[in-house]
Amino acid sequence: MHDQLIDLLITGTIDTLLMVGVSAFFALLIGLPMAVILVNTSEHGIYPSKSINQSLGWIVNITRSIPFLILMVALIPLTRLIVGTSYGVWAAVVPLTLAATPFFARIAEVSLREVDQGLIEAAQAMGCNRKQIVWHVLLPEALPGIVAGFTVTLVTMINSSAIAGAIGAGGLGDIAYRYGYQRFDMQIMLAVIVVLIVLVMLIQATGDTLANQLDKRKI
Amino acid sequence: MVSFGSQIDFSVPHIQIRHLNKFYDVQGKQVHALKNINLDIPQGKILGIIGKSGAGKSSLLRTLNGLEQANEGSIHIHQQEIATLNHQDLIQLRQKIGMIFQHFNLMSAKTVWENVALPLKISNFNKADIEQRVNEVLELVGLSDKAQHYPSQLSGGQKQRVGIARALVSHPEILLCDEATSALDPESTSVVLSLLKEINQKLGITIVLITHEMQVIREICDQVVVIEKGEIVESGQVWSVFSNPEQPITQELLNLEQLDLPFALYPEKDNTVSHTILKLKYASEAKHSPDLAQILNRFGHSVHLYQSHIDTIQNHLVGTLIVGVADLDIDLQQLQQQLKNQIAHLEVLGYARPTH
Repeated sequence: MHDQLIDLLITGTIDTLLMVGVSAFFALLIGLPMAVILVNTSEHGIYPSKSINQSLGWIVNITRSIPFLILMVALIPLTRLIVGTSYGVWAAVVPLTLAATPFFARIAEVSLREVDQGLIEAAQAMGCNRKQIVWHVLLPEALPGIVAGFTVTLVTMINSSAIAGAIGAGGLGDIAYRYGYQRFDMQIMLAVIVVLIVLVMLIQATGDTLANQLDKRKI
Repeated sequence: MVSFGSQIDFSVPHIQIRHLNKFYDVQGKQVHALKNINLDIPQGKILGIIGKSGAGKSSLLRTLNGLEQANEGSIHIHQQEIATLNHQDLIQLRQKIGMIFQHFNLMSAKTVWENVALPLKISNFNKADIEQRVNEVLELVGLSDKAQHYPSQLSGGQKQRVGIARALVSHPEILLCDEATSALDPESTSVVLSLLKEINQKLGITIVLITHEMQVIREICDQVVVIEKGEIVESGQVWSVFSNPEQPITQELLNLEQLDLPFALYPEKDNTVSHTILKLKYASEAKHSPDLAQILNRFGHSVHLYQSHIDTIQNHLVGTLIVGVADLDIDLQQLQQQLKNQIAHLEVLGYARPTH
């Protein structure tokens, strides 16, 4: 029984990390450019465009206002189209990515917006073009905040992945649901909770350390 | 593509501003921020623009490198019109104009070395050239030992010196200073000011600075422009503007308004007063300092000194004397005529009965 439990937990953890990791990768890949576009197209940005800013803002807001459980069910046809199935770890990546991307984009947007306007002016004065301002000023200056925001996103995604697990995506959520809830196996339920706590704490601690190391504003 | 400074004609001003007007909207109301500005900035000189906050000096400075756009008028830099430049040419122009800021605006995530290297990096210089040039300018500002520090580890004065190094790294012809010493303590201020003077003299860079502190103008500028409500109200050589400021705003900025006399001053003569209180302003070349005995003898009465002040600006002695003469019937015109070689300006402040 003991060995079985450990095997079960290891498989579940790997599945959870896999679906969170892959979706987080896509969320970063799509969310960061979205945040950059949101900041730069705003009224006082370096590329003001009301139409782009508002339409992107709408997309982000709409996606963020749908609860994850509902989003996941609503996305089943799209998931089938992309992954070929609506069941299992890979099927969870589609709704997880879609939920995490706008969430992360908003958090990264805040960090980018907080970059001192004076630094952008200094970059313009030295002859930076817009691309160089984003690459040499906005992103490096906002990096500590972006890392902290990505950490928050990861923790939220662990949370969502458990919900995804409950409707057939696998991972720790699936184990907790099948053994803990349906069979009322308290031991497994507690073990899953402990693993989740450890995971979240590890992610948070790593994120905090990294963000602190990158932040050179207070040495 | 435009080329800047390839053929420098020293007979024309380095920067020529003509009929410059700028408007902007504040909550639906149009504000006339710059009013018909005409200004010639000579090659290799330091021009100071002084005014209170909101006077438009910051806007004026920012139109010189296109950070702000004027609505009307022209700006020529080496006879190249900059108002009509496209984005690409504007970027090229900015690489030839350095700028430093009140709050330094250094990248917090980059080391001193990386901050100074940034202007070269974005213009795609090769690594060896960047290395050599960055070390050169860090040496010039005296911060070679801080190259691997982050800005947060530096003092205000050191940060501004990094700002200066960054502005100089791409061999600019013009340096714009936006209240460069306003956030610094007096000691750092004089370090930064002497560095700017040194740069101007060693490298021949034209410097345009804006400030609200007369001390900055006095210490390093050759010419001064006083700006009020978007308009140039007074301009000229620093020593001449300082010795005889005509506009109330200039006098206020020079802090000459305060008259702290140990007795009451009356505007009219009556039987209670005994002395005429005079203000004598002088401005002469340093080697011809005014002969006090000669001046005071002209009055033919006893003369009491109440205030005096003298400054050396650009090799000129500039100062004022406030004296009380025991004579109520001074012929001002005649006196002015007699003293014209010594005293630049003479005025009666009022009448008083000093008790001595």
